[in-house]
Amino acid sequence: MSDSHAAHGHADAPGNNSPFFQHHFVTMTQQASAAKLGMWLFLVQEVLFFSGLFMFYIIFRYLHPDTMLWASEHLLDKTMGGINTVVLLFSSVTMALAVRAGQVGNKQHQVTYLAITIVCACIFLCVKYVEYSHKFHMGALPGHFYSYAGNIPGEPQTFFALYFCLTGLHGIHVIAGIIALLWLMKRSARGDFGPTYYAPLELTGLYWHLVDLVWIFLFPLLYLIH
Amino acid sequence: MASIAETHTGPHDGGHHESYLTAKRGIASWLTTVDHKRIGVMYLASILFFFFVGGVAALLVRTELLNPGKDLVEHAVYNQLFTLHGAIMVFLFIVPSIPASLGNIVLPLMLGAKDVAFPKMNLASYYFYVVGAILFILTIVLGGLDTGWTFYAPYSTTTSTSVISATFGAFVLGFSSIFTGINFLVTIHKMRAPGMTWDRMPLMVWALYATSLIQVLATPVIAITLLLLICERTFGIGIFDPALGGDPVLFQHFFWFYSHPVVYVMILPGFGVISELVTVHSRKGIFGYMAIAISSVAIAFIGFLVWGHHMFVAGESSLAATVFSFLTFAVAVPTAIKVFSWIATMYGGSIRYTTPMYYVFVFLFLFSIGGLTGLFLGALAVDVQMHDTYFVVAHFHYVMMGGTFIAFLGGLFHWWPKFTGKMYDERLGKLSAVLVFIGFNVTFFTQFVLGSRGMPRRYYTYQPQFHTLHEISTIGSYILTAGLLVALVTFIKSLKSGEKATANPWNGMTLEWHTESPPIEHNFAEQPICRRGPYDFPEIDESAAGARH
Ligand SMILES: [Cu+2]
Repeated sequence: MSDSHAAHGHADAPGNNSPFFQHHFVTMTQQASAAKLGMWLFLVQEVLFFSGLFMFYIIFRYLHPDTMLWASEHLLDKTMGGINTVVLLFSSVTMALAVRAGQVGNKQHQVTYLAITIVCACIFLCVKYVEYSHKFHMGALPGHFYSYAGNIPGEPQTFFALYFCLTGLHGIHVIAGIIALLWLMKRSARGDFGPTYYAPLELTGLYWHLVDLVWIFLFPLLYLIH
Repeated sequence: MASIAETHTGPHDGGHHESYLTAKRGIASWLTTVDHKRIGVMYLASILFFFFVGGVAALLVRTELLNPGKDLVEHAVYNQLFTLHGAIMVFLFIVPSIPASLGNIVLPLMLGAKDVAFPKMNLASYYFYVVGAILFILTIVLGGLDTGWTFYAPYSTTTSTSVISATFGAFVLGFSSIFTGINFLVTIHKMRAPGMTWDRMPLMVWALYATSLIQVLATPVIAITLLLLICERTFGIGIFDPALGGDPVLFQHFFWFYSHPVVYVMILPGFGVISELVTVHSRKGIFGYMAIAISSVAIAFIGFLVWGHHMFVAGESSLAATVFSFLTFAVAVPTAIKVFSWIATMYGGSIRYTTPMYYVFVFLFLFSIGGLTGLFLGALAVDVQMHDTYFVVAHFHYVMMGGTFIAFLGGLFHWWPKFTGKMYDERLGKLSAVLVFIGFNVTFFTQFVLGSRGMPRRYYTYQPQFHTLHEISTIGSYILTAGLLVALVTFIKSLKSGEKATANPWNGMTLEWHTESPPIEHNFAEQPICRRGPYDFPEIDESAAGARH
């Protein structure tokens, strides 16, 4: 049983001579599975972090359904939101391909797929920038800063607080993702990743899928209300 | 068979192993260390410093309450003092206390690992703690804080004091807590020594496991809540403030969804410490190992479903209140399982009256009172009477200080020889336990009486009929302080002139006692292999079944 053999540790276990092996672990397998569990736990706390805002969403929608409906129909652009959804979904595919390229040790493919993922993330942010500046221009802003001329029923200044909090926090996660992806691209180009060591690629992939998933929820909840 | 330790100890291989305290020298070697033991020591120093600051605030509060009206400070300053005391004790002392200091040092040792799973993240979490602490100190400079540690809206969104730096501080501290939690969970899952099955883990490890689960699952919710509070203050968004169209009860729901479970972040590690102390110093295997282990996880689970008991009088439906009340009572079951198991462990044991054991007695007495008075407050009708009185203050001090803090102190005495390599003066240690016990009860038992007679908490002044009891309580706080100073002297004296400790002064069976005192830099010279349960003391084997191996 090679697995249990590796779990009990041996200097010649696969990957233990890798320069990225950390010596407080017994084997590279243990190191990789620890990192993966850590990432999953981190993602769990991310979900709970967003859950507070989703709770805010549920309560606001319950209290002011008319505000939500009106603002969503008139001030949020379904086309732009739709484009962003497609772009992010596509970037998740290229991210998965980059991880695959890491597992088989194909340096060229890793760099290409990571680059496409980064480009997608940037397109997402550009579209978001256009949407945001439109709202800034109209004065559709949170709280005290709200100065939109149109007559929205209920509490529009709170709706825009919700909108900016949710999409803003998501946007910060996209930016963090881009930074991580750039760092990965540098390491991929250096040839760090191969069959025995690809944990950073895999973990960033998990993170990126979560960022994607949050948007998959945000898009219908904000843009597609009836 | 080549053991793992032999292949990876590198330059030390075969030679003399330096202790973690002396392996590297200089301030920089401490500030950039990724050694869990050194990080634990830095945490220990920091939390003790903040315990001192929070303690001074508490003494000022108690002294101000010696007489009705003004003794020392104006009422505005008084409001800031009790807020400072609560916020510092909760966020900077109790939450990180046992896990981040004692836990950080003993967890990998108990598991037979070389370090936690993510040593750099461990250091990062310490620096998150430092940044959060600096933001709290900034609060004092920037005009103080007078919201109470709970930051209830809408007062916290409208008061002119510096709520933002305090809440942002708590936000940053939250990440420190989450990182520690993730680190411990992964360490426990992935880094156990060969042979250490889940049912051979010391109960301290089980307690830290349950604690870490709560830290990871509850802390993000308070993080987002505090962020929303900051947004509300900055942009005037109506989330919590009814004047802006928000809902103040929503804040309470968010806040207590974190802050009730976090009560168990505070107390569960204390339970873990007591489980270790009670067995080692009674020389008897723990009674109900699995029951204690699983009850930690059960408390963590039920703890997520009781937050509404803080809102019985805040406009909650009577159905919700009844359910929350019932679930609150349910927490008492796993908690009582623990207390009875500890007592059953002592029964028939060969109890050694050491300082740690003295603190175990103090803990059992005080925590039982604290736990039982929790049931008073969980009962709906009684809570309407007791809510926001000194009864509540006394209850949570019995649990938090009489429970967690006493366990922390007992644990510190217990592992002190391991951490420092020095023994301490037992007589002084015991004296501190006795003084703390007397001082604590004089201070806080009085407050049960005050509360049940209607003295509201957080008030600057009071009716004349409460005068005597307030005086007694204040005098008690001075006795308590004296006890703590004796403990401090014990530790300082030990560092200066303590006898050298052996590797295993208490004859403990858990793995931290199977390396030198203080431990070597990589914890163990050879990878330890776990062959027996954590409390299978050799003398038990002899008395029970003759020569067993
Ligand atoms: Cu509670």
